[in-house]
Amino acid sequence: MRVSYKWLKEYVDIPVSPEELAERMTMTGVAVENIEYMGKNLNKIVTARIETISPHPNADKLVVCQINTGSENLQVVTGAPNVREGQVVLLALVGATLPDMKITRAKLRGVESFGMLCSAQELGLDPENFPPEQRNGILEFPGDTPLGVDVKELLGLDDVILELELTPNRADCLSMVGVAREVSAVLGTALKLPEINVTETEESIDGKVSININEPELCGRYVGRLIRNVKIGPSPNWMQQRLQAAGVRPISNMVDVTNYVMLELGQPLHAFDYGKLKDQTIIVRRAEEGEKLYSLDNVERTLTSDMLVITDPAGPAAIAGVMGGLESEITDSTTSVLLEAAYFKPASIHRTSKNLNLRSESSMRFEKGIDINGCLNAANRACQLIQEMGAGEIVSGFVDNHPSPSGNTVIRLRPDRIKLIVGVEVPGDRIKEIMLNLGFNVKEDGGDFLVEVPTRRGDISLEIDLIEEVARLYGYNNIPITLPEGASTEGRKTEVQAAVDRILDLMTECGLNEIITLSFMNPRNFDMLNLPMDDSRRVAVTVENPLSEEQRVLRTTVLPGLLDILARNSARKNKDLAMFEVGRVFVPVIGEKLPKEILTLGAVVSGKTPGNWQVRSYEMDFYYLKGILESLFRALNISGYSFVPEKGNHAFHPGRAASVRLNNEDIAVIGEIHPSVTENYKLNERVYAMEVNLEKVINACKGLKRIEPLPKYPSMERDMAIVVQRDVHAGEIIDDIKKNGGKLLKRVELFDIYEGEQIEKGYKSLAFALQFQAADRTLTDEEVTDAYEKIRNALSQTHNAQLRA
Amino acid sequence: MKDKLNSLKEQALGEIAAAGGLAELNDIRVKFLGKKGELTAILRGMGTLTAEERPLIGQIANEVREAIEQAINQKMSELKENERQEKLNKETIDVTLPGRPFMIGKRHPLTTVLDEIKEIFLGLGFEIAEGPEVELDYYNFEALNFPADHPARDMQDSFYISPGVLLRTHTSPVQPRVMEKKAPHIPVKVIAPGKVYRRDDDATHSPMFHQVEGFVIDKEISFSDLKGILLTVVRQMFGADRQIRLRPSFFPFTEPSAEVDVSCMSCNGSGCRVCSHTGWLEILGSGMIHPNVLKMSGYDPEQVTGFAFGLGIERIAMLKYGIDDLRLLFDNDKRFLAQF
Repeated sequence: MRVSYKWLKEYVDIPVSPEELAERMTMTGVAVENIEYMGKNLNKIVTARIETISPHPNADKLVVCQINTGSENLQVVTGAPNVREGQVVLLALVGATLPDMKITRAKLRGVESFGMLCSAQELGLDPENFPPEQRNGILEFPGDTPLGVDVKELLGLDDVILELELTPNRADCLSMVGVAREVSAVLGTALKLPEINVTETEESIDGKVSININEPELCGRYVGRLIRNVKIGPSPNWMQQRLQAAGVRPISNMVDVTNYVMLELGQPLHAFDYGKLKDQTIIVRRAEEGEKLYSLDNVERTLTSDMLVITDPAGPAAIAGVMGGLESEITDSTTSVLLEAAYFKPASIHRTSKNLNLRSESSMRFEKGIDINGCLNAANRACQLIQEMGAGEIVSGFVDNHPSPSGNTVIRLRPDRIKLIVGVEVPGDRIKEIMLNLGFNVKEDGGDFLVEVPTRRGDISLEIDLIEEVARLYGYNNIPITLPEGASTEGRKTEVQAAVDRILDLMTECGLNEIITLSFMNPRNFDMLNLPMDDSRRVAVTVENPLSEEQRVLRTTVLPGLLDILARNSARKNKDLAMFEVGRVFVPVIGEKLPKEILTLGAVVSGKTPGNWQVRSYEMDFYYLKGILESLFRALNISGYSFVPEKGNHAFHPGRAASVRLNNEDIAVIGEIHPSVTENYKLNERVYAMEVNLEKVINACKGLKRIEPLPKYPSMERDMAIVVQRDVHAGEIIDDIKKNGGKLLKRVELFDIYEGEQIEKGYKSLAFALQFQAADRTLTDEEVTDAYEKIRNALSQTHNAQLRA
Repeated sequence: MKDKLNSLKEQALGEIAAAGGLAELNDIRVKFLGKKGELTAILRGMGTLTAEERPLIGQIANEVREAIEQAINQKMSELKENERQEKLNKETIDVTLPGRPFMIGKRHPLTTVLDEIKEIFLGLGFEIAEGPEVELDYYNFEALNFPADHPARDMQDSFYISPGVLLRTHTSPVQPRVMEKKAPHIPVKVIAPGKVYRRDDDATHSPMFHQVEGFVIDKEISFSDLKGILLTVVRQMFGADRQIRLRPSFFPFTEPSAEVDVSCMSCNGSGCRVCSHTGWLEILGSGMIHPNVLKMSGYDPEQVTGFAFGLGIERIAMLKYGIDDLRLLFDNDKRFLAQF
């Protein structure tokens, strides 16, 4: 909402500067977003009359004018096509500033020039606001315009525009009078509202206009007034200037009046050419499905049955509250006008204007809610202006179809409730003053106030709404600063939150950078990940109205996000990448409205560890990432998991992937990304990735309950090197060693793997360090040898393992 | 004999002084003081001495032994010290060579900011709650007092999944969810951090971003308490000399509502590019929980009151680290992430 400071001052006393007013309004709830100083770039530009014009001696397209500014005569050279003797024009004097130039004394083709005749463009004005013949030339003013008048005064540019940023509840401030009421409440100064009285002709409206509301739900009120002997022409300058200040283009007196009153009082009006209305009858009804109407902007609109239309018996004449129809539009030949001032249901107008993709100053106001009790007043105000401007004569009386009138609301306001909510005791007198300044009537009742809230403040229906009025006008920054009293509470993280924290710590400590990617993904990723058609990860939550195909579904796996980011980094020549993300994946659940959201850890590594003169860098491979996952389990005190070869996950290399199982559940998958998948993501290097179901992991993480006492007796170490077939998994051997090692075996460590010359082809040697220990005694050699032999025998039976010589 | 002893002493001391290593010194010890050493050899002749001479010579012999031992010990520590010095000299390294490179991972800046906010509120006795990102219209709007035809409920602004189900547009739905569980229990002090979604994607909007919701419900919680908590939090987050300023605003689920500005940390309130020359930075929205919201979720607004606030994490991260393009936060460039 653009508010002219000059115009506003007509309605309310403003003893402060525009800047201070803006500050005070912003701090009380009606934010001033910007202060625009109109004409601030226009200096030393005045009205002047062209006395004589003579040809330029050296140029065909230029002329030399002798110009009278009222105080001096000046010679000016111009090339303007529409220059004439006797014209009153705007002259930028030597030293003048315009938005894009400074005027200096100049010689044009040898002839001295003391200024410049101005066009709209040069003044930074919209040429469309001026008559056609002036749009490509200089501006021209009536012959009786006084000379030497500053352009700002002449065009009303000596004004300041306050641009309001209104919150949705303050629809009452979508009018000059509404803003004036707010200013009056904020500054506590007097309102000076326009007095409205209509001079009517003898002709009565009775029998001339009939208004039928078929949809009282959607149209709460419809006021009509009739204007005769209409003389269409331009509206007066002062009105045009105010419209322009508000950002509305002047069109003709009749249209300008409707716009002016809308800006002044907030009530959108519509003017129909009465002569074109069939049977002088207005019917407010729903459009028929597919009904068509040319709107004022000359676009054919196809209407639907949830749209409200203003019709005559022949068909639609306007889309209610949104835009008029071309057919009943006011034209130069219009002689009688039916003026509409109506109330339409906000939600209906909102839907219609959205569905038609047609927004207007009018629809915007209806949408936010206007004052249903202001319709008649606004119609009268428009009639008064039309009559005063001599643009028409007002037929006596009006039609007011108002099916269920409602009055003001009375709300009980309790001072102790104000104290409770706001936290400060506002004196009763002050409360009363605030209410009265807002224009609300107040009665005292016991210790309380009964406040009568006018319908223009549709945002106020509860006591809390009034408390807010008190708080904001008392001043938020005058409210003291306290801290909550009452029972103390304990702030702590839940076990899950603490575990997630530990996981973030561990992952970063392991050298991975945390990333955050969007929860959306393109379903194409399922193909890029090689997922078979029946893979459960293809069942995703679909967004009904995504911004793009890239964001069509919610992720069921964090891999695509990680691979995308990897690809983006590698495209930028960022090498040696190690990254992870902790976020939710979304799994639809049959029969449930909401999907299951599973907290998931994803990690990728690709490239090498850092190296230098001191340490060789090496590839971050499967075992690198596996080591991180094992560290994570250790950090969370999780044991008893196993890594099982995974050939069925098509996103991964079939020979280099594992499912991680814990308590008979898959809790993670880890492996090298399948080369065709890396190719799909335009990754050139091998990528290792893992995806971990953190819910299951955290669930399994019991935390440390009791410590184990430190051993009192020494341990004994034995190494065992065995030869087995190449395809035997080390994990199985380790399991067998543990199984057969008995209570004495404390630790098994695989410290070497060898394949090569020393070993038969197709076989490999595994070397284990075994640690034996008892809690209650020092072990004897025999005991350890027994345990060792038991392991050896078991391995030789299960895996045909031979001790390596 | 006395002369023999003295000359032995002289000889020993001379050899000790000349000894060049620990081994040599040990040989000297054996040579002079060992069981078969020279001193013992001399002392074997004690039998030939008179009773008067014997203690005298014995004393001298002891003195000689002590002198030699002392000299050996002294020499030994000298030699050890020299040897150590020599070893240390040999071990000198070039300390200017770069160290072993370790991989260091960093938390994402948004996580870091969230962590910091969580810590502040934990210290103030708040618990941390979470809610679903795919949310029912009921919790996202209705239970928060949004009227049925509120523009925010448009398909225009929210991502819909199915009728009545959408991606939450703010963390506020955690309010009614927590309230339903806790009512009528008081006091309630909760923050709810998380991801939220709106249908916007440009230089200043991401379709997914992060908020922290916070709310307190108790007997006699007032707007002045809200101011107190916010000031405390702002000062912990942005420094002890920050000021706050509250401007009336509008949210369907709070009333009175306020936008909260913090005095610009870049210029200290005097006006600069960061704060658009206003001296203030808008950082959060807040207000007293609307009585309808309390009522719908099981609290009696005549018995308890509460306040709520919500802040955007991206904005705070951008202010804190001088990030001028929101998209950098979701770009995840290694060179960006490594800086935090």
